[in-house]
Amino acid sequence: MATTAAAPADRGAPELVAPRSPQQRTKPGAAKVRSNFELYAWVFMRISGLLLFFLVLGHLFIMNILDGGVQRVNFGFVAGRWASPFWRMWDLVMLLLAELHGTNGLRTVINDYAERAQTRFWLKMLLYTSAFLVVTLGTLVIFTFDPDL
Amino acid sequence: MTVVDSRPAAAPGPAATGPAPVTVTLKIRRFDPEFTDEAHWESYQVPFDPSDRLLDAIIWVKWNVDGSLALRRSCAHGVCGSDAMRVNGVNRLACKVLVKDLGSEITIEPIKGLPVEKDLIVDMEPFFDAFRAVKPYLITDDHEPTRERLQSAEDRARFDDTTKCIMCAACTTSCPVFWNDGDYFGPQAIVAAHRFIFDSRDAGADERLEILNEREGVWRCRTTFNCTNACPRGIQVTKAIQEVKRALLFRRL
Repeated sequence: MATTAAAPADRGAPELVAPRSPQQRTKPGAAKVRSNFELYAWVFMRISGLLLFFLVLGHLFIMNILDGGVQRVNFGFVAGRWASPFWRMWDLVMLLLAELHGTNGLRTVINDYAERAQTRFWLKMLLYTSAFLVVTLGTLVIFTFDPDL
Repeated sequence: MTVVDSRPAAAPGPAATGPAPVTVTLKIRRFDPEFTDEAHWESYQVPFDPSDRLLDAIIWVKWNVDGSLALRRSCAHGVCGSDAMRVNGVNRLACKVLVKDLGSEITIEPIKGLPVEKDLIVDMEPFFDAFRAVKPYLITDDHEPTRERLQSAEDRARFDDTTKCIMCAACTTSCPVFWNDGDYFGPQAIVAAHRFIFDSRDAGADERLEILNEREGVWRCRTTFNCTNACPRGIQVTKAIQEVKRALLFRRL
């Protein structure tokens, strides 16, 4: 946590320990880019959270509780459900919302807790890469699933 | 290191009169950049009366045990906002809490998140920078009235809560987002902006909302309510921040 701030020249003190890490990501005097990104991200978290509440609980209920629960889930069961576009859309929406919701949440956690600019950058790259892979792979499977495999 | 006052219990101090004094241990985070690089804890046995405030006990240490103990205080009545400190892990004004309510050992630290200069004194400049950044003054675009700018009681009530701020920094330095991200404006700056954004006489609301819409603005607030809990003036700080978020969302004031 400790970051050293340069001691003011007029004071004969050694460097002062500050438990604060100013990042100065926007250079003072630099032109401010007006953006509503944080606002949209905030709204997205609220709306996706609300939708996910129903999507995920519904998913868990169908997969784990409804007639026979998880015991009956096999290739045939998935093939049967995905014969209907409704369930494919359900799963696609759930995949996208959950992945983006989680990614944005982790982005916030990284912004909060990673201290060095380099650490932040690489953690976020790792995060975005993994999110991209999950979304791509999931979407691909949902659209190209072949029940006669 | 423990410093124990070895003089008789009748030493001049808050508990100089009355029955045998009750004592409390003050465990204070000391830091003097002229002699050490590291902060350390020191304990002091302090006699106190039930009516003594924490500030009285700290000043007793300064006057009777160690005059080098540095702290800010001015009015000592909870109005000037100089003596915010971290007491038993939460931000309080030392002049607004009674020693008897704080247990037998009281830990006292400087407020967290700002560079410590000496003992309980921190560099407040980053805090004031955030305050200045939200333009905390009346902005108007009409002609100056010949007399005063009138306002209805209802319009005044809209921002009454946020006029109570004394800028002690207890809220901002209790915020975990501020601890980790020094660029975050912090609760106090948002309270200061709220006071003008919702003032019917002010025309700078859009300007301030744009500033708080930035990456380090209100959207970083995680509603942990530390600020509301810390405010010695009882301002509903988290509520004020949410009102600014709502104003940004709907641009309806």
